[in-house]
Amino acid sequence: MLEFINSNIEIIYLLLLMIFVGIELIEKVPSVLHTPLMSGANAIHGVVIIGAIIIMGQAENTLATILGFIAVVLGTLNVVGGFVVTDRMLEMFKKKK
Amino acid sequence: MNNHILQIIYLIGSLSFIVGLKMLSKPNTARKGNLVAAFGMAIAIIGTIFLYEGIKSSNYIWIFGGLIIGSILGTVSAKKVKMTQMPEMVSLFNGMGGACAMLISAVEFNHLKHKYLNEALPQGQMIIIMLGLIIGSISFVGSIVAWGKLSGRLGDKTLGIQQVINIGLLTLILGLAAYMIFWSPSENDLYFYSIWAISALYGVLFVMPIGGADMPVVISLLNSFTGVAAAMGGFLYDNKVMLVGGILVGSAGTILTVVMCKAMNRSLTNVLIGNFGGNNNANTTTAAGGTIREINTGDTAILLKYASKVIIVPGYGLAVAQAQHVCHELEELLENEGINVKYAIHPVAGRMPGHMNVLLAESNVSYDKLIEMENINPEFATTDVVLVVGANDVVNPAAKTDPSSPIYGMPILDVENAKSIIVMKRSMKAGYAGIENELFYQPKTSMLFGDAKNTLTKLIAEVKTL
Repeated sequence: MLEFINSNIEIIYLLLLMIFVGIELIEKVPSVLHTPLMSGANAIHGVVIIGAIIIMGQAENTLATILGFIAVVLGTLNVVGGFVVTDRMLEMFKKKK
Repeated sequence: MNNHILQIIYLIGSLSFIVGLKMLSKPNTARKGNLVAAFGMAIAIIGTIFLYEGIKSSNYIWIFGGLIIGSILGTVSAKKVKMTQMPEMVSLFNGMGGACAMLISAVEFNHLKHKYLNEALPQGQMIIIMLGLIIGSISFVGSIVAWGKLSGRLGDKTLGIQQVINIGLLTLILGLAAYMIFWSPSENDLYFYSIWAISALYGVLFVMPIGGADMPVVISLLNSFTGVAAAMGGFLYDNKVMLVGGILVGSAGTILTVVMCKAMNRSLTNVLIGNFGGNNNANTTTAAGGTIREINTGDTAILLKYASKVIIVPGYGLAVAQAQHVCHELEELLENEGINVKYAIHPVAGRMPGHMNVLLAESNVSYDKLIEMENINPEFATTDVVLVVGANDVVNPAAKTDPSSPIYGMPILDVENAKSIIVMKRSMKAGYAGIENELFYQPKTSMLFGDAKNTLTKLIAEVKTL
């Protein structure tokens, strides 16, 4: 346990700092932007796709291949769908001339 | 060398997430912010594919296949979805991310098991894997249930002792996981799959009882769950961009959830326990004795035509009837007659904060006609006609006057200050909070029954003939 914490101490620091960055970033958001912001954040956690690519790339047996493949498809859906939907929402906010 | 370049790419990716999220929280930079984050994601993905050490070339076909299928499906569904269905779409995409995190944990568990055959599994890694599995599954199944509820495929269901069952299940999940990690029983497969199944069940029971009006809050919460599940991958692969992206969303999402709750003047626990729709016995008797006044489209048209200032209050009824275009048409018609027309946007009108803005913007309503609650409230006193289109709880005066009302304390639009109020509704049915609305019984209020789209269309025709 101690060994695990020590070997990951850098990433644990990063984790703690990012928690505070996340909190600071969202201060005072106008309510109009709640939905697009949630949707944009939704796309960003699609970064989980990187893990899916890694397990897919290293897959050695059928089970890992199948699960990895499904994970890549789902992760991509999250990323691509998330960003496109957010863009569509925000496109509508532009002021008309 | 490759790894060094990859680390730089991850650094740029992480930075773009932070900057992107910051820009997303401001109206004029929001759209660019989304693109900045998307750029960071793109380079992180491409970098991983080509520079990550240990990716077997024979597996490239699967990676690209998955990316292509996912991109096509994602783009098509995101482009095709109607603006009214946006909330459930976001929920569905969120579920996909949760499922992805859950599958990663499943693969890594099997991986670890083979590596440490007949030995105790390393506790640190197991904690990360189990957290990813539990949170990912809850988020996946919960989001699917939320999607089902928002799209009307599933209804609200509460078991009498729901809270007890939920707490029991959660304790069971954590207990089993702790036992599995720290005492490493030999039949760890059994534990792993049981925990997986119970987490999924918990996802269903967690979202099932929550009222439809509170769904945005739950989606936002599940969104931050997925963020945390994604961040677990950051630990597993010592991957900083996954950690940054995941944790940013985890913490920003949690704050956003709290902000949303505040906009509705409700606490998060209150939302989660779901007593919003539950106690509908509070206010039903007070107003039911009054009489309502009905009005027809002809008289409404006259009222509107001779008004000098009109405020439209849109609500979920407008979204359901897909009436945003007709509504815009009526607004333009009245504007051409020299009448000042504005929209009053309550922060939680519709099913999602900002729902009405998105919907009306879709039908080309000018952005500066959409006025937020704090700015429009003082204007009602100088308004001749308020047209409430399919909104209910957000104009219920009980929020200010009746402490026993479940929505007491929620800020509302002060429509009752206007000279006359016309409420368009399909029937006298209560709104989402399941309570009566005193406003409908006030002498200044007239009810115009019917589907919002049909009624507005008729109204336009009537105004034109005058």
